[in-house]
Amino acid sequence: MSVILVPLVVLAAWREHDDRDDGGRGYFALILALEAMMIGVFAATDVFLFYVFFEAMLIPVYFMIGRYGRGADRAKAAMKFLLYSLAGGLIMLVAVIGVYVIGGTFLWTELTDPGGALAAVDPATARWLFLGFFIAFAIKAPMWPVHTWLPSAAGSSSPGTAVLLVGVLDKVGTYGMLRYCLEMFPAAVSWFVWPVVALSLVSIFYGAILAIGQSDMMRLVAYTSVSHFGFITLGIFALTEQAQAGAALYMVNHGFATGALFLIVGFLIARRGSARIEDYGGVQKVAPKLAGVFLIAGLAGLALPGLAPFVSEFLVFVGVYAFSPVPAVIAALGVVLAALYILWMYQRTMTGPTPEKLSALPDLSGRETWAVAPLIALIIAFGVYPQPLLNVINPAVERTVEAPADEVAVADGDAEGDEE
Amino acid sequence: MIPLNLADGAPPALHGVTEAPPVLDWWLLAPFLVLFGAGVLGVLLEAFWPKGSRRTAQIALAAAALLGTFLLLVLQVEAVGDGTTIANGVLAVDRTVLFFQGTITVLALISLMLIAERRDGRDAFSAQAATVPGSEEERTHILAGSQHTEVYPLVLFAVLGMLMFPASNDFLVMFIALEVMSLPLYLLCGLARRRRLFSQEAAVKYFLLGAFSSAFFLFGIAMVYGYAGSVNFGVIRQAVESGGAEIFQDGNGEPLLLMGVGLVAIGLLFKVGAVPFHNWKPDVYQGAPTPITALMASCTLVAAFGALLRVFFVPFGTSAAIWEPMLWTVAILTMVVAAIVAVTQRDVKRLLAYSSVVHAGFILTAVVAGSVEGLAGAMFYLAAYGFTTLGAFAVVTLVRTRDGGQELGDLDRWAGLGRRSPGLALALSLFLLAFAGIPLTSGFIGKFAVFEAAVAAGATPLVVIGVLSSAVTAYFYVRIIVVMFFRESEGEGPTVARAGVLTGSVITVGVAATLALGILPGAFLDTLLPSGEPGQEPAAVMVGQVTEVSADE
Repeated sequence: MSVILVPLVVLAAWREHDDRDDGGRGYFALILALEAMMIGVFAATDVFLFYVFFEAMLIPVYFMIGRYGRGADRAKAAMKFLLYSLAGGLIMLVAVIGVYVIGGTFLWTELTDPGGALAAVDPATARWLFLGFFIAFAIKAPMWPVHTWLPSAAGSSSPGTAVLLVGVLDKVGTYGMLRYCLEMFPAAVSWFVWPVVALSLVSIFYGAILAIGQSDMMRLVAYTSVSHFGFITLGIFALTEQAQAGAALYMVNHGFATGALFLIVGFLIARRGSARIEDYGGVQKVAPKLAGVFLIAGLAGLALPGLAPFVSEFLVFVGVYAFSPVPAVIAALGVVLAALYILWMYQRTMTGPTPEKLSALPDLSGRETWAVAPLIALIIAFGVYPQPLLNVINPAVERTVEAPADEVAVADGDAEGDEE
Repeated sequence: MIPLNLADGAPPALHGVTEAPPVLDWWLLAPFLVLFGAGVLGVLLEAFWPKGSRRTAQIALAAAALLGTFLLLVLQVEAVGDGTTIANGVLAVDRTVLFFQGTITVLALISLMLIAERRDGRDAFSAQAATVPGSEEERTHILAGSQHTEVYPLVLFAVLGMLMFPASNDFLVMFIALEVMSLPLYLLCGLARRRRLFSQEAAVKYFLLGAFSSAFFLFGIAMVYGYAGSVNFGVIRQAVESGGAEIFQDGNGEPLLLMGVGLVAIGLLFKVGAVPFHNWKPDVYQGAPTPITALMASCTLVAAFGALLRVFFVPFGTSAAIWEPMLWTVAILTMVVAAIVAVTQRDVKRLLAYSSVVHAGFILTAVVAGSVEGLAGAMFYLAAYGFTTLGAFAVVTLVRTRDGGQELGDLDRWAGLGRRSPGLALALSLFLLAFAGIPLTSGFIGKFAVFEAAVAAGATPLVVIGVLSSAVTAYFYVRIIVVMFFRESEGEGPTVARAGVLTGSVITVGVAATLALGILPGAFLDTLLPSGEPGQEPAAVMVGQVTEVSADE
């Protein structure tokens, strides 16, 4: 799993080119610190270490939003972000301690051992522990009732930070669900499946509907992420192989698509100084390349066939349908809303008459082109040929699916080898 | 009751002192003697040393005494082995006690640096405390450059009391230690150079409330004595095990024990600053000269918790059923009330005071655990917190108003500090994050150790409350960071006094300790703390090697 997500961390390095003017030295130092911690979080095979990175990660992000963000409310948004995450993290701390006390170790491989002490714990306790981890990850992801920090944080952060925030940081939440919640508490999972599925569906619609109503592009993209994360969690907790593979793939693709969207919105903001949709219009006439990549990224966001997110979304649907048709059908309706918010935003900003002020809008510069091009290329490449990613994901997913199925979950050693 | 108590207070040793001269282990007593001697010497210096160089001499003496004490304590670690009692069994020396004492001396040494720091030739203390604030007389003293060099012997006496407090193996000695520790502190609180009325008010408040709590403590001792027939910890422990002294064979002794435990606990919890007894802390911390506040926030807290752990684990170790519900309540109240009240504070020193109250609550969860892990967790927490809080108060001494050079308590006026002196603001941010328990700082390891012990002991609800309350506390720590970094100063911002060598090194030590204990706690945890014992044995086995010793008395 960690291997898949490293490209996303590399993504962080890419975007350093984009912000050189508004960033300053401190900003890049924070990015590097964050990157180190993100690698740590995904690479940790020890619950304690995972927790340490999970929490320590907050601090650089906090300063990135608070110090280098946009708008007057950035300090407030940074605070909100920190408090939400910290509260979730502390709840997880209790669960981590509980796991340690019961399991006697922090080592992930031993904790997931079906013959281990943790597997033998009584179901009620396991549920509480599961809940402890899940709340933290749900805040991180973010899921519906606890998502409110994301729009304000993303809306107040610089586009570069937003890319990292949504593209990588939030993945820690879904990654945690996949790896820690499901594998450590297989027994408790089945008990929580339906509530989580319901929450995911709410997230999908709630995020989409709010996205439609936004007038700020950064917030809009942030809300689309809430919606997309609904799909991801739905896929994870459908507990079928395809759905989880789809969810894992979605995590990667969503990083590409949303990352590209945030970057492009960032370019627009750099030109016009505003993120408000009504300040734009007719951009495609003056800056066709910009509008073009915007459209591709947007279409990726709504999972158009041929672009990467389509594969993952399709897999999620297939998997969820196998699990239970009703949520799959409901979730599919969410895609319609996705088309609405993306296309409507495109229509309002890129088409129509060009206002006076925008008539001199420059097109993509060389530097910007190089920042977006790899993302667009990847979106198209993995949309047409997702097999390389799936090859990495599948062995890991097979293991994860087996665990909640309550069977002897493990594990030929090579599956594990592949994964690490 | 009282005459009886006094009459019997004299022979704490069961054989009677008069028959044979007491056997004193001078080597193990040496740390106390060095400090006491230095304190007395300091008073003499005050009388006979020429005024011009008196301050230098006093500082040198105090530093040498503390350093010497620390070295003696370190040298004793190997020698004491499993622990023993000295001076007729009234003082215990074991590794736990030595740890507490060592921590206290180191922290005291660091606070001494803050106390000795001068700015423009003036230290933090009033020129002549006996003068009426604002009077003509006061002004002449200030102009003449008078100073209170008595501060240093007073600090030495206070530290002596702090060393005895967690080492006591006898309630009367513990009471004496409590008073030796507190009386100089009452005095020191009233010596602030600026805002003298405020400082004097703090001193009076502290003194009155402290006297009350001492009275409770003493009354509790009387009850326990009535129950157990002795004030010796080892004997009390046996008495508690067997249901009271011989006269209580009918089992009627229970109420006495209950009252005794409760009243003694009040005295100790007051010193710790746990919630129903915490009201003095904000006022005193705010009013006292900041270096003294730093001393109290670090050393006194360590000493008080050392004593608290000892009392609950050794003499009352087998009556956990009595005190556990009480400590549960107090711990919950402390964590919840203090965290909520702290949110509304606008003054930095008051805020740090409330934060210290919340931390006391966290440490209490480890006491409730009643296990070796709990003890080790509490010890680590105290040491880590001590260094961090010293650093934080050192920063507070540097941030001043533009005009009078007075310390700037009002948080809102700290805006823009991050821009003006980023180093200082970063250091303070680190301390605050450590208070909040963010990983990679010592505060996180401490919190983890404490909570882990509590969960292992089945106090999970307590931990959940603790965790929620630390989420609340995080809010106000982070708020300070927000003010410093993200808000522009309106009008006149804070000025930052240039950090002198002494204050600078205090901050450096604080940062170093916070990071070192946070990133590499292993060495510390393995070598110094008593967690080597397997599993969850009752803490008494660990702390109370005393028990065995007093058993063969």
